[in-house]
Amino acid sequence: MPAIALQLTAPLRHNRQTVGRSHAHLSDEALVALVARGDETALGELYDRVGRVAFGIAYRVVRDEQLAEDAVQEGFLGVWRSAATFRAERAKASTWIITLVHRRAVDIVRRRERRPAEPLDTERSEVPDPAGSAEDEAWLGFERERVLAALGALPDAQREALELAYYGGYSQSELAERLGVPLGTIKSRMFAGLARLRELLDETETERTWTPRLTS
Amino acid sequence: MDAEAHELIAGYALDALEPADRARAKELLERSEEAREELRSLTEATAAMATAVSGPAAPPALRERVLEAAREDRQTVVPLESRRRPRLAPVLGVAAAVAAAVAVALGIWGLSVSSDLDDSRAALAQARAAATVLSSPDARQVALQQGNGTLVVSGTDAVLVLNSMEAAPAGKTYEIWVLDGETPVRAGLFSGGAARDVVPVDGTVGSGAKVLVTVESAGGADAPTTSPIVASNPV
Repeated sequence: MPAIALQLTAPLRHNRQTVGRSHAHLSDEALVALVARGDETALGELYDRVGRVAFGIAYRVVRDEQLAEDAVQEGFLGVWRSAATFRAERAKASTWIITLVHRRAVDIVRRRERRPAEPLDTERSEVPDPAGSAEDEAWLGFERERVLAALGALPDAQREALELAYYGGYSQSELAERLGVPLGTIKSRMFAGLARLRELLDETETERTWTPRLTS
Repeated sequence: MDAEAHELIAGYALDALEPADRARAKELLERSEEAREELRSLTEATAAMATAVSGPAAPPALRERVLEAAREDRQTVVPLESRRRPRLAPVLGVAAAVAAAVAVALGIWGLSVSSDLDDSRAALAQARAAATVLSSPDARQVALQQGNGTLVVSGTDAVLVLNSMEAAPAGKTYEIWVLDGETPVRAGLFSGGAARDVVPVDGTVGSGAKVLVTVESAGGADAPTTSPIVASNPV
């Protein structure tokens, strides 16, 4: 038998340092599992990945930086507290986080006195401040164009219903009143619009797949 | 689902329901798998709408504010494990965290791969084996003499948890060995490359045995041909 045990004192590699973002290679879903065990570093990594979009949507709904920060903080606190209930088969982790932040933003805006919602078009010329890596920026820019194109392909009435609801934080009955159309019409526009948007996005989907690390 | 149910779920996905409708939607989601599936796919569309927004970037201080809120929250919520078994908490905490990560990885993996059923089954079995050991109440850690990570042992089953192993070079694989006595016994292959590799050790790991890892040619060898790069203390 080779004297394998005797060679143990001659390591090929030792004192290897794990630097910086130790969780950088985990999937979003694995990070949520770690957050469920109270891993704060994992929460920070999730913030680094999703915080940008989360703040963007929160700001779009509440239209105030301070309130948008509140929505993001409360949304991530929701992630921290309910990570154990996250089910990967129900949603992507990033989607789940955005959902939590959006809900908080809507709660906040509905508690406030409303001002008229601005149409989305006035914002399209704004250039977002680059905050992430070049790859993140490129990816986000690509996604943004793809989604804007899909929204633009919807019938106007459907797009309006979706934008006022999701970006404006309006409820279905508020929208019916604002637009002067029956509640049932608003409901069917929302479903038809969202279902069509889903179709259009599926057609152009460029899924980033995650490669399993458990190897044989 | 009828049209009304579809509309209810769409309104829920957009956070556009009045409180009464919201309660109805939750009730529907509770009892209908079809409704949950509808919500899942419609929510991907609303989340996509979130990515289309442009506006000011988040202030850099927000990250710390988010983490600080979590820290403060932790002081009021004590994790169950540490309440129950304070002395074992560190060991079990790590093991359970890894087990949870494995389980989640497994779920995602199962969804994203459909082409190679046999590979898929093997990975499934492997992940289950790892999760079983890591979540077992008698799981304990055995330190590594060499390598960055730990060996988690439950009975005669063991799982290697290795941090930051570089991916095995092309044409090579990592091979696990159990050294119980004089002759190392083959105990599985893996390819590394993850922030954390979680690999069940095939076969039994008896008292006093060591677990080793060597680099071998793809497919593995019958006996080690290189020096171990990972070696555990005796179990």
